[in-house]
Amino acid sequence: MIQYIFRRLMYTFPLLLGVNILTFFLFFVVNTPDDMARMQLGQKHVTEQAVSKWKVEHGYDLPLFVNTERGSFNKITETVFYQKSIKLFAFQFGVSDSGRDIGADIKQRMWPSLAIALPSLLLGLLVNIFAALMMVLFRHSYLEFWGVVACVVIMSISALFYIIGGQFLFSKLLKLVPISGFGSGIDALKFLILPIVISVVSGLGSGGRWYRALFIEEVEKDYVITARAKGLSETQTLFRHVLGNAMIPILTGVVVVLPLLFMGSLIMESFFSIPGLGSYTIDAINRQDFAIVRSMVFLGSVLYVIGLLLTDICYTLVDPRVKLL
Amino acid sequence: MIILWTDALIYLLLISVVSIGVLLRNHDGLKRPLKKIAANKSAMVSMIILLLFVAVGLLDSIHFRAEGQRSSGVISVLDYCTQPLWHHTEKTYSAPFSAYLYSKEYITQEGGHQVWAFPRLQFGGSHLTDPELEKTADVLSLLMTGLSKGLVLCLAGVGLRGVFRGKKSEQIAYRYRPGFIFITISILTIGVAGLIELSMYYHIFGTDKVGEDVFYQTIKSIRTGLVIGSLTTFIMLPLAVVFGILAGFYRGWVDDIIQYIYTTLNAIPSVLLIAASILMVQVYMANHPESFTNLESRADLRLLFLCLILGVTSWTGLCRMLRAETLKLREMGYVQAAKVLGVKPFGILFQHILPNVMHIILIAIVLDFSALVLAEAVLSYINIGVDPSTYSWGNMINGARLEMAREPVVWWPLIAAFVFMFVLVLTANLFADAVRDAFDPRRSQYGQ
Repeated sequence: MIQYIFRRLMYTFPLLLGVNILTFFLFFVVNTPDDMARMQLGQKHVTEQAVSKWKVEHGYDLPLFVNTERGSFNKITETVFYQKSIKLFAFQFGVSDSGRDIGADIKQRMWPSLAIALPSLLLGLLVNIFAALMMVLFRHSYLEFWGVVACVVIMSISALFYIIGGQFLFSKLLKLVPISGFGSGIDALKFLILPIVISVVSGLGSGGRWYRALFIEEVEKDYVITARAKGLSETQTLFRHVLGNAMIPILTGVVVVLPLLFMGSLIMESFFSIPGLGSYTIDAINRQDFAIVRSMVFLGSVLYVIGLLLTDICYTLVDPRVKLL
Repeated sequence: MIILWTDALIYLLLISVVSIGVLLRNHDGLKRPLKKIAANKSAMVSMIILLLFVAVGLLDSIHFRAEGQRSSGVISVLDYCTQPLWHHTEKTYSAPFSAYLYSKEYITQEGGHQVWAFPRLQFGGSHLTDPELEKTADVLSLLMTGLSKGLVLCLAGVGLRGVFRGKKSEQIAYRYRPGFIFITISILTIGVAGLIELSMYYHIFGTDKVGEDVFYQTIKSIRTGLVIGSLTTFIMLPLAVVFGILAGFYRGWVDDIIQYIYTTLNAIPSVLLIAASILMVQVYMANHPESFTNLESRADLRLLFLCLILGVTSWTGLCRMLRAETLKLREMGYVQAAKVLGVKPFGILFQHILPNVMHIILIAIVLDFSALVLAEAVLSYINIGVDPSTYSWGNMINGARLEMAREPVVWWPLIAAFVFMFVLVLTANLFADAVRDAFDPRRSQYGQ
């Protein structure tokens, strides 16, 4: 098992290298640092001096891949590729185009993101599974029919509508919670309630349908028929046997996204002005701060890869067949 | 006649879909699922509404040059048909069916003295002398005129149908159950006729910040939604199908490489990849202004590029499914038999594997459509979607969301965009469900 996990761990390096090269290509080869400097400094009437000054200030004045002016090892290290891309592997994000330390910003901003994303995920999971179980328990009835219809309707409404409508109804008309913002400690709770509720409701449509399909497939299986045949009630079979067996795909599905929760949700955070990584990314996109976007791309892929690793570990724990590999 | 890139691709797509339909019209394997879809009422109603959307989108995809009409001089057939709508431009916001502007102004009256009041609109309800008294009656009578025009059209349809039925006798009656289909079409025709009649004299969804008719904006946005939903699939399909089937069929190093590619692409959060790519396109366009002189073609290329990027980020899911299915299929008895009989690998791929994964591809296409339409709105909100000058529901929402803070609330652009988007996505979802139920062999077995 250790060997298996080790092999999976080794597999992550080519993956991250691939992501790194892809983003490097996107950010430095499609458009040269000169183009970027001109973009940042405004399009017209930019002198060559201004461009080269901007490049020196932000460390883009080096050659892309090979520095022929330097000796031996420095040939590789004194290049944009090494300075801006390889250093990401050591989580050295460098400074943003506006001069702030990206690493420090990320450390500070990932906790608000987690504070909103983790409860949304867990609560959403609970609500989705409960709704799906109810639909399966009362299958072939009007409750199931209208449940499915409600799911389709909920998933057909744009997430933006839930946010704008929710803010308008609960914050502006009813004045139950503040429209947006963030506080520290227990104070943060009143800012978090609305975004969490909105994300649970907007996810109910697709989530409920997905889990319902999962359970429906499960109740056709032989062990469920056996359980019913030995006299268990429908509720008991459903909650004890079906839910238990469906837990494996559900949990592994959750584990994959757990690390990504640090990244936060882009639109939620920007609508509710929560100082997390999602709004950080949006601000960077709007300011065209390439250094931050590049760092976030890399961070996101690292977290995804960690999620994959965790899933593999989970499988070895719950599925004995994997241990043999 | 001006052919934009997306126009050409849309019509190419239309032609290929129609020709595939014609080629497969007598295919035995398709009869049962198609009958199943035809028997599903909600699917058929959805399909008719979708066809209306598609028709609007297609009309909006034929562009020609009309000098002096607009700043750029390029209009579409839809623009030509809806001329009154975009000629009727007011000063700023006005509520739906209102005859007055949203904000007060100093109005110089006949005696020369000025009054601080809501000015009358230039076009909306301008035929009335005293809006307060006459408006309700006028709106009702216009609505009645419109509805009855629609009714006349429907009756003409009934007449035509009678003529055709007379010729082909019972054959049609046996093959279709046109009752509710015909009712749906009639309701749609009557409703649309009513809306058209009203929109000639009023701004039925109000006007936006610069006074443009919101109803016009919403129907112009249909094309953008359809383009994103359909062209993206058109782009991602070849990638997913070729890579997925090859990986599953050849295994070994081919499989390793393809798996590596899609895991790498999957590892990058898709919103960030889209953002990065769109940022790069913006930089490229800003640095090469000489290639993008025309505003229309510039916005159009950005739309096309957005489809391209969405396609690149979304093919991995389908690819993985196809790979898994092909892995299963290649061990099947009939594939093994074909191999033993000496059929070449490409023969096996085209004759035995591809037809048997077709249902997965079809289901993926229809399921992705609605998700893509919704994604467009979110991306436009983050400013990495379509060009700000393109009409799209995302841009409408983005432009109007700050106006919720005004007093009184400017709600109409948001509601109009959301309602149209909701109808399109809901009908697409219902239709997709029916297609999935009909084509998925696992579902049809249990008669679900």
